[in-house]
Amino acid sequence: MDNAFKESINKAVNNANLTGALGKFSEAYKVNRAKAYEGIDFEELRGRIAELKSYAASHLEELSTQFTQNAEASGAKVFRTNDPAKVREYILKVAQENNVRTVVKSKSMATEEIHLNPYLEKAGIEVGETDLGEWIIQLAGQTPSHMVMPAIHMTREEVSDLFSKEVNERLSSDIPRLVKVARDELRPRFLEAEMGISGGNIAVAETGSIVLMTNEGNARLVTSLPKIHIALVGIEKLIANYADVATILKALPRSATAQLLTSYVSIITGPTPNSDGSMKDLHIILMDNRRSEMAADPKFKQALQCIRCASCLNVCPIFRLVGGHVFGKVYTGGIGTILTAWFDELKKSEDIQGLCIQCGACKDVCPGKIDIPELIMEIRRRLVKEEGLPLLQKAIYSVVNNRKLFHGMLRAASIAGKPFTSGKFVRHLPMFLADLTDGRSLPAIASEPFRDRFARIRQPKLKERAAFYAGCLIDFAYPEMGEALVKVLNRAGIEVVFPIEQTCCGAPARYNGAYEVAAGNAVDNIKALLAEEVSYVVSACPTCTVALDHEFINTFESLGETEWIPKARELAAKTVDFSTLVKKLIDEGRLSLKDGQNLGKITYHDSCHLKRTLKVSEQPRELLQKAGYELTEMFECDSCCGMGGSYSLKLPEISAPILQRKLKNIKETGAAVVAMDCPGCVMQIRGGFDQDGAEVKVHHTVELLAERLEE
Amino acid sequence: MYQQFKAKAEAVSSEVYRFVTNDAALDFVIKFLHSEGLFDEPHSYALWADCQFLNGIDRQLLERVAGLKFEVTRELAAHAKFGISQMEWALADTGSLAQNSTAIEQRLVSSLSTIHIALVPTDGILPDMPALLSKVHPKDCAYLAMITGPSRTADIERVLTIGVHGPERLIIVFVDELGGKI
Repeated sequence: MDNAFKESINKAVNNANLTGALGKFSEAYKVNRAKAYEGIDFEELRGRIAELKSYAASHLEELSTQFTQNAEASGAKVFRTNDPAKVREYILKVAQENNVRTVVKSKSMATEEIHLNPYLEKAGIEVGETDLGEWIIQLAGQTPSHMVMPAIHMTREEVSDLFSKEVNERLSSDIPRLVKVARDELRPRFLEAEMGISGGNIAVAETGSIVLMTNEGNARLVTSLPKIHIALVGIEKLIANYADVATILKALPRSATAQLLTSYVSIITGPTPNSDGSMKDLHIILMDNRRSEMAADPKFKQALQCIRCASCLNVCPIFRLVGGHVFGKVYTGGIGTILTAWFDELKKSEDIQGLCIQCGACKDVCPGKIDIPELIMEIRRRLVKEEGLPLLQKAIYSVVNNRKLFHGMLRAASIAGKPFTSGKFVRHLPMFLADLTDGRSLPAIASEPFRDRFARIRQPKLKERAAFYAGCLIDFAYPEMGEALVKVLNRAGIEVVFPIEQTCCGAPARYNGAYEVAAGNAVDNIKALLAEEVSYVVSACPTCTVALDHEFINTFESLGETEWIPKARELAAKTVDFSTLVKKLIDEGRLSLKDGQNLGKITYHDSCHLKRTLKVSEQPRELLQKAGYELTEMFECDSCCGMGGSYSLKLPEISAPILQRKLKNIKETGAAVVAMDCPGCVMQIRGGFDQDGAEVKVHHTVELLAERLEE
Repeated sequence: MYQQFKAKAEAVSSEVYRFVTNDAALDFVIKFLHSEGLFDEPHSYALWADCQFLNGIDRQLLERVAGLKFEVTRELAAHAKFGISQMEWALADTGSLAQNSTAIEQRLVSSLSTIHIALVPTDGILPDMPALLSKVHPKDCAYLAMITGPSRTADIERVLTIGVHGPERLIIVFVDELGGKI
């Protein structure tokens, strides 16, 4: 990772104003968004949006032509181009032909995308942003840090300083007063400007209409007062039917700012009269800038389903720590990473794609139903394909792909780690590794891995058999979790087999874009796990379960390697996570927990892959309550703990504050125990409490259940 | 639907009233203007955009009210305290008003004034936006405007602040006589 990039991250996470404002907003957003969607079937709504946007993405050329015909028929001038330079030239030409000296703009990301303002200013035209947030950052000489709230990173004091300079008067930092200053300052500019430039939230092919939404009312003035109006619209804003405007407007304000509707919505179809009786000179520019190419890409086509609500930013645990500037100058956050890779260039996304921890929170709320984490993974994969892996990672994966060497090294690490080990933890590492134990202890590598211990477990001969897929963490750091799992399944009449040839699930390689390595791991594991005649392949690590259940198939598909796909499907059909299997066994009456236990308060942390990929969240809760615990939910129970596999090693400066927030939420419940279904989360949270000092026990559900089995 | 509209509109800081007759509504508007400081000078006068409501009342009476103007220009609108217009439709599920705003005068009085007073026929209340879009087609309406509460921003520290570029207050006056009963 680039040094300047690391530096920008450090600057952001240490900026208390930024993290304070974003943190507060993201907490309120979740509550308010839920309220705004009350009584609405979100899944049904986003299904319709995804469908109509996907249709538009498959018919961009046709809809552009239809839009052009209809808009021109109503009197607008339409200019279509693929090239941002041609957009800039066109706007300048219209301005110069009409002796335009001043322009007022309402917020438009498309104009940011093509860096329009500096271009016009260089030609001697004064360009005024009128959205309050955009005006603030224009005065500050900055770029937007959020698609919907561009100046969210600034404090009232900073704004007051900027405005004071602008009006030559010392202003207080009273917000209503500052807003009034903006109104008074910008009002004459609206009235003087000869040209108004807007974006467009929606472009309707059927009618040639553009839809503009604002809360401040500036788009109404930009489109009403100057005699020339230019709307710059990316072609991904096209939709086929007029009636569908209502569908998008049902979701956009709710998802963006948790409003039922923005204060102002304007649907403009052709020119309208000016106050002197002349007609408005209305230009609509349909800009492609690689959007058609994106539509032709089978993976990335779905990114065109974006309606630009920025909810993927609002729920992102990383975004709320670092804000937008770390992401670059234009589009930010999850979708911004994807748009930057396309509208700018793939290379530009090299650093920012690494910010994604793959927690899946954005995918859950996206009104366009875009699988943002999956697309970021695809960017990673293509980057690695184009540029290759960094040398160190290459070395690591060559080891991971050789099971014997890899496991041999893990055993060696158990001995090598001894000097730094205290009890079950590694608390401090020397030199450049020190970051890794900053705020979180690491687990000591077990002196004897599960694979060795397994041979000594005495199991009764039972009719049904299940294969246990341990994954590296349980195998080498938490073998006791594996032992607990065997105990639970034995009690339900299932004998556990441990195919010794199983190896790393490939997730670390895959999450770093090294799909070939992941495919190698997948083949080894498929061979090992299908060699045994079993009813289930059970795992107590959600990341491994997801690998076995979805990702082996997806990795082969992405690489175009079809040979192993049928076997991968066979394995997927047998794969099940621990809690789901145990819940099933209890429901079938094959397993029971001790009755009448009163074990006190417990809180449950949802692991990202379990909750959002495997859709499992109720099962472990039910099991723990059956075991006798009183469940108390923590705030943001399904927010990522900051582990993210190797993420916490690569970006400890981001991982650490995410963990701190999680620890705080756990402590606030007053529960003495926190349970979870992922050994990675256990590693992160247990390590966090070890350094924090709080008396909270951190356990995998399997450990807690194994203690409460009915004799 | 009126009750639903009222609740949604008030939740976004609109002020909602309802009268049976044109005269009662007019009486309210005039009293409101005076109580808020109507004078015939910049930043104190009112502009009333042409609308159906004006046809149903005694215009002569209104001409005598100092500070009330019926000629709408951008110069006058730029310094108007009050803007009065008729909005044809109201959307119950979001508390929004809607109007065919193709005539620039309709937009000037509702976007540049400090206080916007909107007269709405009570039977113009529709359940939601799909109902509105099925009623108003772009071929008959070059500028369809929807207004939901006063102008607002949260761009400084996410603090909700009313009245940025548009009106600081939105007064909604339903008139039953203007458009039947509901």
